[in-house]
Amino acid sequence: MLDTMTATATGISNAILRAKNLDVFYGEKQALFSVGIDIPEREITALIGPSGCGKSTFLRCLNRMNDTIPSCTIRGTVEIGGHDIYARDVDVVELRRRVGMVFQKPNPFPKSIYDNVAYGPRIHGLAADKGELDEIVYSCLERTGLLGEVRDRLDAPGTSLSGGQQQRLCIARAIAVSPEVILMDEPCSALDPIATARVEELMEELRRNYTIVIVTHNMQQAARVSQHTAFFHLGTLVEWGATEQIFTSPSDERTQGYITGRYG
Amino acid sequence: MTRAEDTARRLKRRHRAEKRFRLYGIGAVTSALVVLALLLGTIIVNGSSAFTTTEMRLTVFLDPAVIDPDAKKNRDDLLQADYGAIVLAALQKRFPEATGRSERLQLLKLASPGARDVLRDMVMADPAVIGKTVEVSVPASDNIDLLRKGKMTKAQAVSGGKMNERQFAWYDKLAADGLVRGTFNTRFFTAGASREPELAGIWSAVVGSFMTLAVTLVVAFPLGVAAAIYLQEFAPKNRWTDMIEVNINNLAAVPSIVFGLLGLAVFLNYMGLPRSAPLVGGLVLALMTLPTIIIAARSAMQAVPPSIRDAAVGLGASPLQVVAHHVLPLAMPGILTGSIIGMARALGETAPLLMIGMVAFIVDAPTSPMSPATVLPVQVYLWADSPERAFAEKTAAAVLVLLAFLIVMNGLAIYLRRKFERRW
Repeated sequence: MLDTMTATATGISNAILRAKNLDVFYGEKQALFSVGIDIPEREITALIGPSGCGKSTFLRCLNRMNDTIPSCTIRGTVEIGGHDIYARDVDVVELRRRVGMVFQKPNPFPKSIYDNVAYGPRIHGLAADKGELDEIVYSCLERTGLLGEVRDRLDAPGTSLSGGQQQRLCIARAIAVSPEVILMDEPCSALDPIATARVEELMEELRRNYTIVIVTHNMQQAARVSQHTAFFHLGTLVEWGATEQIFTSPSDERTQGYITGRYG
Repeated sequence: MTRAEDTARRLKRRHRAEKRFRLYGIGAVTSALVVLALLLGTIIVNGSSAFTTTEMRLTVFLDPAVIDPDAKKNRDDLLQADYGAIVLAALQKRFPEATGRSERLQLLKLASPGARDVLRDMVMADPAVIGKTVEVSVPASDNIDLLRKGKMTKAQAVSGGKMNERQFAWYDKLAADGLVRGTFNTRFFTAGASREPELAGIWSAVVGSFMTLAVTLVVAFPLGVAAAIYLQEFAPKNRWTDMIEVNINNLAAVPSIVFGLLGLAVFLNYMGLPRSAPLVGGLVLALMTLPTIIIAARSAMQAVPPSIRDAAVGLGASPLQVVAHHVLPLAMPGILTGSIIGMARALGETAPLLMIGMVAFIVDAPTSPMSPATVLPVQVYLWADSPERAFAEKTAAAVLVLLAFLIVMNGLAIYLRRKFERRW
C-alpha cells in the first residue's frame, strides 16, 4: 500500500506503462481525449466506466491491438520502460510478447490444450527443445490451476473445456510467453460466479509476477481485485488513483455518481 | 366483434397463409425433382445400352496364303495383311450362298471393321497361330448391335438403307445358332474416338479431361488462394482494391466462351502454344475458375471468427503467422469445397474449349499436356453431332460417365467439408 500512497497527479515512481496526452480517433470520431495515466508495476489496475467510455479502446492502445483497425489513428505516447511503443523502431511482435492480452470471450484456438499454451513459445522461439516446451506448458497450466483438471487430456481440443476453464487456458496461453504486462478486457463477463471467483483468485496470484490491467463493468470486482482504479467517462480519464480512495472518497462528482450507481 | 374474436380470426388467417406458403414450397421442390428425374431417366434409358455390345463368334481359318504368302513372318507384312479377306472367308464358310461381289460385301458388313483388328492383334501377339483354325469373338457391326438391342427395327434399317433382307436372314441364322451375343462393352472404356460407333470409346477423352483439369488445378488453386489471402488479409481498403473486388465478381459471371476467345487470342495466336492441347485448355479453364476460387476462399476466410485472429495477434503472431497458422487452416474446408465445385464446373465446360480447337478427333489417349486431346463434354458434343444412329446411345452413355465424375467430385467436396470442419 505504500507504493500506492505515492501516487500523484504527475506520476508514480514504479510505473511500467505511462500514457501521455493520448488521443485516439476512429475515422473522424474521437474516442479518447488526452489520456494520461501511470500503470504501476506488479499491481492490478482496474479501468472502470460506463459503456462506450473508451476504457477498452485505451486498453487496446497498450499493446497496439488497435493497429488492426484500419481507420484508427493515435496521437500521444505510451511508454513501456521509458520507450514509446508508437515509435517507428518498435517491433509490434516483440511488444505484444511483453504486453499480453486476455479477451472478454474465452477464445482458445481450435487446437489441443497443449498446443494452445505452446503456440506463443513456439512462434517466439522461447523453447530450445520439446523438453523445455513441455516445462513451459506444464508450469503455465499449473500456475493457472488447470493442470490438475486437464493433465490426462492435454490432447483434447481447448474448445472442449468449460467457459471458466477456457478463460484460464487463455490466461495460461498469455503467460506462456513471459509477458511483463497482461491486459484483460472484461475477462469474467462471460463466466458464472464460481468461475469468476477462480479467475479473480488467479489474478491475485499472478500479481506477484505480472502487471495486470483489467477492464471491468463489475465495480465489486474492481474493488476486490485491484490496487489502482481509473475512471473513464465519455473518452476522458476523469480520475485515477488508489482503489480505496476512488471508491471511498472520489474527488470528481462524476466518479461519485458512477460508483454509487446513479448511472452506468 | 370482440377483441378476442378478432385475434382468433387473424390467427386463423396467419395459419392459412403459412400452410399455403409451405404448399408452394413443396410444389416447387417437387417440380424440380420431377424435371431432374425425367432428365436422368431419359439419359439412363438411352445410355445404359451402350455399356453392352454385340459380338459374333466365328470359326476363322488364319490362311497363311493371305496373311504370310512368302512365309517369312515379316512383321510389316503381317501388319498389312488383308485380314478382311479372312473375316469374309470365315463368314462365307457359314453362308456359302453369298458369291456375288455385292453379296460378299454385304456379308462382310455384318462384322465390324474392328474384326480385322482383333485378328491382326491375335496374329501379331503370336505368329504361330498362322495356318490354324480358331474360334474367335469379333465385334459385330453397329447395325447388328442396334438390331439386337432393339434400338432399331428392321423396317427402320431398310428405310435407312442400312441393311437388307438378305442380311437379316444371315443375322437371324447366326442368332439362331447362338453365335451372336451381348457382352459388357470394355471397348467403350478403353478406346478412343472412332468413326465406327461400335469401336468408339471415351478413354482418350477421359485422359484428356484429367490432364486438362490437372493443369487447371495446378494453376488456379495456388493463384486463387494467394489472391484471396492478399485481398482479404493484407490489401488496404481503398478505391483500387474495391475496383479489383468488383471486377473479380464480374469475371465470375462472364460467359465461358469469352474465356475461350481470350485463350485463342493470347495462348494460341500470341504465345503460339499448340492447338487442342490440355495445357491450353487447362489454362483457359483456370482463368474461368480463378474468380470462383477467389470468391470462395475469401468468404471462407471471412467466416473465421475475429476472436481467433485477436488471440493470435495478442500473442505477438505476425500477420503472416496469423494467416498461415490460424485463418488458412480454419478456412481450408471452405476453400476446398469452393475449389472442387469450380473444378466440377470446369470439367463440364465445352464452349471455351471449342474456341481453342479442342474439337479434334482423338484416337489415342494424349501422352502429355502438349499433345492433341479432347475432353469428355467435347466428346459428347462430337458424338451428339454424328449422323450414325448408334452414336446416340454413346452420347448418353458419355453423359452418364461425365455425371458420375461430377457426382464423385461433389461428394468429395462434401466429404472434405465434413471431415475438416471445426467448431469454435
